Amino acid sequence: MGAEIEISNLSVYYGAVRALTDVSLNIPEHGITAFIGPSGCGKSTLLKTINRMNDLVEGFRAEGGVTVGGRDVYGGIDVTQLRKRVGMVFQKPNPFPMSIFDNVAYGPRTHGVRARAKLEAAVEKSLRDAAIWDEVKDRLRRSALSLSGGQQQRLCIARALAVGPQALLLDEPTSALDPISTSKIEDLVTQLKAEYTIVIVTHNMQQAARISDRTAFFLLGELIEHGATEELFSMPSQKKTEDYITGRFG
Amino acid sequence: MKARSAALRAAVYAAAAITALTIVFLVGYIVVKGAPHLEPELFAPKYTTDNLSMLPAIINTALMTVSALLISGPVGVFAAVYLVEYASRSSRLARGVRLAAETLSGIPSVVYGLFGRLLFVAMWGLSLISGAFTLAIMTLPLIMRTAQEALLSVPDTYREGSFGLGAGKLRTVFAITLPAAAPGILAGFILSVGRIVGETAALIYTAGTVAEMPKNAFSSVRTLSVHMYVLSNEALYVNQSYATALVLMVLVIFINAGSNAIAKKLTIHSL
Ligand SMILES: Nc1ncnc2c1ncn2[C@@H]1O[C@H](COP(=O)(O)OP(=O)(O)OP(=O)(O)O)[C@@H](O)[C@H]1O
Ligand SMILES: [Mg+2]
Repeated sequence: MGAEIEISNLSVYYGAVRALTDVSLNIPEHGITAFIGPSGCGKSTLLKTINRMNDLVEGFRAEGGVTVGGRDVYGGIDVTQLRKRVGMVFQKPNPFPMSIFDNVAYGPRTHGVRARAKLEAAVEKSLRDAAIWDEVKDRLRRSALSLSGGQQQRLCIARALAVGPQALLLDEPTSALDPISTSKIEDLVTQLKAEYTIVIVTHNMQQAARISDRTAFFLLGELIEHGATEELFSMPSQKKTEDYITGRFG
Repeated sequence: MKARSAALRAAVYAAAAITALTIVFLVGYIVVKGAPHLEPELFAPKYTTDNLSMLPAIINTALMTVSALLISGPVGVFAAVYLVEYASRSSRLARGVRLAAETLSGIPSVVYGLFGRLLFVAMWGLSLISGAFTLAIMTLPLIMRTAQEALLSVPDTYREGSFGLGAGKLRTVFAITLPAAAPGILAGFILSVGRIVGETAALIYTAGTVAEMPKNAFSSVRTLSVHMYVLSNEALYVNQSYATALVLMVLVIFINAGSNAIAKKLTIHSL
């Protein structure tokens, strides 16, 4: 089954506040799609609507369609299975207060993997895929909170990969990191796109231009424009997009 | 201006000194009065009116503490889990539980004793189990509120991380939230142990004053604090009650030190 994400005529409300208005967008497989736009325009809201993290918010309501791999996210799908297929990485690295190994093994254990050998294999593979294995292989039993911020974020990516997702949602994954850690994560994400559908929210225009294949620009809860990153940055069709990417916008 | 701040400083130092001296005096007084009378027969395996052994009372104290906490611990912690993790902000039940806890925590222990006598003693007589239930109710608000604080202080980013990996509420609570809150929850248990070990009024009403080890849960028992109270009421046994006070004091100091060490270990592990 594929992991293409289709969003059609989606509106999202928090109580009486409308956070997204009539958004339609296709996110193809095996590529990186960047969400850009000023603070409060609804980027995180859209991301959390895709894997239903918004369910926890009181007053949250979604109208319209979201499908992942052709399956309706808000129509009878098992949330656990959905989140297994669509992993998420947050703005602030949030490793659990437990060992590095247990952090990565948390997802597989959640989904019923008990055998030691299997867990060890999954942990190693995920840490390798997240390009952090060499840095932590000698201290898997140490607390994850002893890692640097950049290492913690790559650990969180490894933790998300360990459940075997097809898509990865990254909400400003580098905004709390230094330039070197940031470039490591960018390299990592670029490598991962061969196997995963990746959506990344970023406030950094250069980052979006550097790593993404497609870009979507949001403003006040509306999708203003989306398309191939190169085109959108070189010749945006909308004046608002141009103002935003050239920094003329507040 | 200068004179005023000098006076203020003197007052602060004086207050600190008075506090320190009070403790030194109290501890010293009890050690001086109690230590010479710490005779081996005070720790004989069996209590008689001749040896006045406190060993059964020490064991009863441990039994009473464990029994009471076995009841109030799970109830208090799970009530806190309900309030923090499950209840919606507008929930009536949640508001009721919070109000009950606040009210309960202000009631003097002697009132718990009276209540325990009317309810538990009527069913089970003066007994370990009546005392344990009474003290469980007495410590419940303390355990619940400290657990609640501890759970609230666990960052939401941990919960998000867990849900994001497909874990349900139950797994998130047991694998992430409760372990992260463990040091704070433990602090509530420690405070409760202190209250149970030091309690007399509520226990005299509910567990009675039999200075022997219990045959079963329905036997009357006296804890160390009650033992001391009983001894000190009899003019003849003043020396023995000082000795008992000394043991009680050392016991409490050890409990505090031990549980501080555990709490520290838990905190370091989670950092
Ligand atoms: N839990 C919530 N409850 C109520 N309103 C919310 C909630 N989360 C977000 N909103 C509102 O929805 C709108 C979009 O917020 P969102 O977090 O999606 O913006 P964003 O584009 O991610 O911004 P940023 O770049 O600052 O992260 C904002 O107006 C915000 O106030
Ligand atoms: Mg956001």
